[in-house]
Amino acid sequence: MTLDKVKKGQQIIIRKILDELVRAQAIRFGIAEGSVITCQEIVPAGPVVVRRAKQEIAIGRNLARNIDVELVN
Amino acid sequence: MVDNKEKLINATIVGNPNVGKSVIFNNFTNTYTDVSNYPGTTVEAICGRSGNFVFSDTPGTYGLSGFTEEERLARDIVLRSDMVINVVDATHLERDLFLTQHLIDAGLQIVVALNLMDEAEEQGIYINVEKLEEELGVPVIPTVAVNGDGMEKLLKLLCAARVGNITPGIMENLSYYKLPQRESLLVAEGDLDTANRNNCKPGNRRDLFYRLRRDRVNGIVASVVREITVESSMASRIGHIMLHPVTGIPMLLLTLFLIYQLIGVVVAQTLVGYTEEIVMGGMYQPFIRNLLSGFISEQSTIWSILAGKYGLFTMAVTYLFGLLLPLVMGFQLVLSILEDSGYLPRIAVLMDRILLGMGLNGQAVIPMILGFGCVTMATMSTRMLGSDREKFIAIVILAFTVPCSAQMAIITSMMAGLGFYYALAYGLILFTIMVSTGIILSRLLPGSPSGLWIDLPPVRLPRLSNVLKKTWIKSTDFVQEAVPLFAGGALFLSVLEITGGLEAIENLLVPVTVNLLGLPKEVAGGFIMGFIRREFGTAGLFTTPMNPVQQFVALITVTFFVPCIATAMIIFKERGWKQGAAIWLSIFVLAFVVGGIVSKLISLINIMPGVSVMPVLSGITVLVLALVLYINWNGEESLSR
Ligand SMILES: Nc1nc2c(ncn2[C@@H]2O[C@H](COP(=O)(O)OP(=O)(O)OP(=O)(O)O)[C@@H](O)[C@H]2O)c(=O)[nH]1
Ligand SMILES: [Mg+2]
Repeated sequence: MTLDKVKKGQQIIIRKILDELVRAQAIRFGIAEGSVITCQEIVPAGPVVVRRAKQEIAIGRNLARNIDVELVN
Repeated sequence: MVDNKEKLINATIVGNPNVGKSVIFNNFTNTYTDVSNYPGTTVEAICGRSGNFVFSDTPGTYGLSGFTEEERLARDIVLRSDMVINVVDATHLERDLFLTQHLIDAGLQIVVALNLMDEAEEQGIYINVEKLEEELGVPVIPTVAVNGDGMEKLLKLLCAARVGNITPGIMENLSYYKLPQRESLLVAEGDLDTANRNNCKPGNRRDLFYRLRRDRVNGIVASVVREITVESSMASRIGHIMLHPVTGIPMLLLTLFLIYQLIGVVVAQTLVGYTEEIVMGGMYQPFIRNLLSGFISEQSTIWSILAGKYGLFTMAVTYLFGLLLPLVMGFQLVLSILEDSGYLPRIAVLMDRILLGMGLNGQAVIPMILGFGCVTMATMSTRMLGSDREKFIAIVILAFTVPCSAQMAIITSMMAGLGFYYALAYGLILFTIMVSTGIILSRLLPGSPSGLWIDLPPVRLPRLSNVLKKTWIKSTDFVQEAVPLFAGGALFLSVLEITGGLEAIENLLVPVTVNLLGLPKEVAGGFIMGFIRREFGTAGLFTTPMNPVQQFVALITVTFFVPCIATAMIIFKERGWKQGAAIWLSIFVLAFVVGGIVSKLISLINIMPGVSVMPVLSGITVLVLALVLYINWNGEESLSR
């Protein structure tokens, strides 16, 4: 599934970031393919806020749509 | 003793956004550049000298990559520097050490300032500094920049800057380029500007290098950081309330209401009522007239220049110090508090959806809000936006629709006299034009908004000393900039009035001022002042007596009037003279178009018997806004299908 479908509170693992520029940008923040993040908040029709370690990052819906993720159980 | 012959050392302060670079810069150079709690405060290189060092403060950056204009700026300064002071946020080592390692891989001389140690401790993060030093191979100095902790040690250790341990697997890829290490690294990573500068083909190693670097950083962090779980702090809970959809919007509205109460009521009515009427009108003006009448006859030309309608010592001084200054200070105070709290990026997240329709993303909210302080500064901060298209749209919206603090100052005090429904209609018209401008530009320009990607700073209690210092500096800047311009403008108008030139211009402009806008022809003088700064224009307009509806139309027109000279210059600098001139002229024409439409609409409403004008005008504006949004929404639907 993609990041924009995630529900609040779920823990997810990043599978694939399609856009090359976004991938480079994300890896600098510490979000690479394989990293585990938590969905912190979802603004209706708006961005997804995720947390990795102590860092909160807001990701626009259109970007989130291009990030493949998987639920961690 | 400083040996003057000794070579100056260029020391560049680099780090991720919002980690305290500017605090450290101010500390080293004893100056003040803006410090705020949101990523993207510093948008240009700022230099200051101290001893043998020339320090440069740079915009925050997550790597030497140049994805945005700010990052390119930081990259270019780093490439030219002798050494780098890398400021690192101790609470976000995983994120920040990526840049550190990037700098190390570029073979630069580095000292690391491990800043925000106080917050790390609060959050239960313990860092083994010696181990970190050993892993990186460069000196690491723990600091709490806002208290000055560690600053002396950092300054002392600048000469101990070293080249660190490069990421394994990178060096062997660089020897192919016969360039200095810093250049070859960037070229190998596909950096276009650096490749062009050296006349070689950009490489394709970015993905590989970034992954290697990320792995190495994760390894270092795992071996030096120990975390214990602490109860989530008050600040982080407030942060969640700000973002939660159910609580976030009410909180935003409450914040706006409080700002209105503080500025619109306490400052604009109570305080200004006192400074303008009692201090300036009741004490200063009689005093200065009395004083002058000892030297000059009240019928003379000099008298009318100095103490007449547009008099230098009467109108100019009263408006500047009795009306504008208290309000500008009020606005700057509120903005400083907002900037320091960490609320701005969260507002950006909440507003993202709305701004996408205007061809922007949520991040553009930050320049827009800063615009209510000073449009000139805000125009510069559009550099934080992701694409040129977004910068253009943001600059036009700022120049056309956002009134700066000085102008808001006058508008608020005028509105206070006109009453609630006038203020409501005014606010709605402003908002509608703002949104429509964005939507129309977004439709006209090819491309689509870049996606939001913003890191949220922690919510912090604003530091009183920083808030006061910033308010003070911005207000004195305002006075320094405004006084000569205002004095020049007032003088110019007086001369025009005396020579009869003003009357000629007034008569010439009758088709616009009287026929189109329905205002007295004397307002022409106000618009002339408006070319210099909009708030002078606003002030100038109201030296002419008008009825409430005329005042309203005049306010609307001058709100959308051309931006002040300082802003115009920045626009020309950022967009080139062709685009700059096009923007300026369009705004000039559109201001009268908007004013004309509003004026004619009011006359139409007036024909209907028994209706009150302003509520109806507000209603019509809401309908127009709804229509614009509906058309745009339908368009988006059909586009995405
Ligand atoms: N608690 C604490 N706050 C700090 C410290 N250093 C800086 N700050 C705060 O961190 C925020 C950012 O500081 P700035 O100096 O503006 O950061 P910057 O790195 O210049 O940011 P940009 O110009 O946006 O890249 C401000 O709110 C500071 O008050 C510190 O050591 N401890
Ligand atoms: Mg800064």
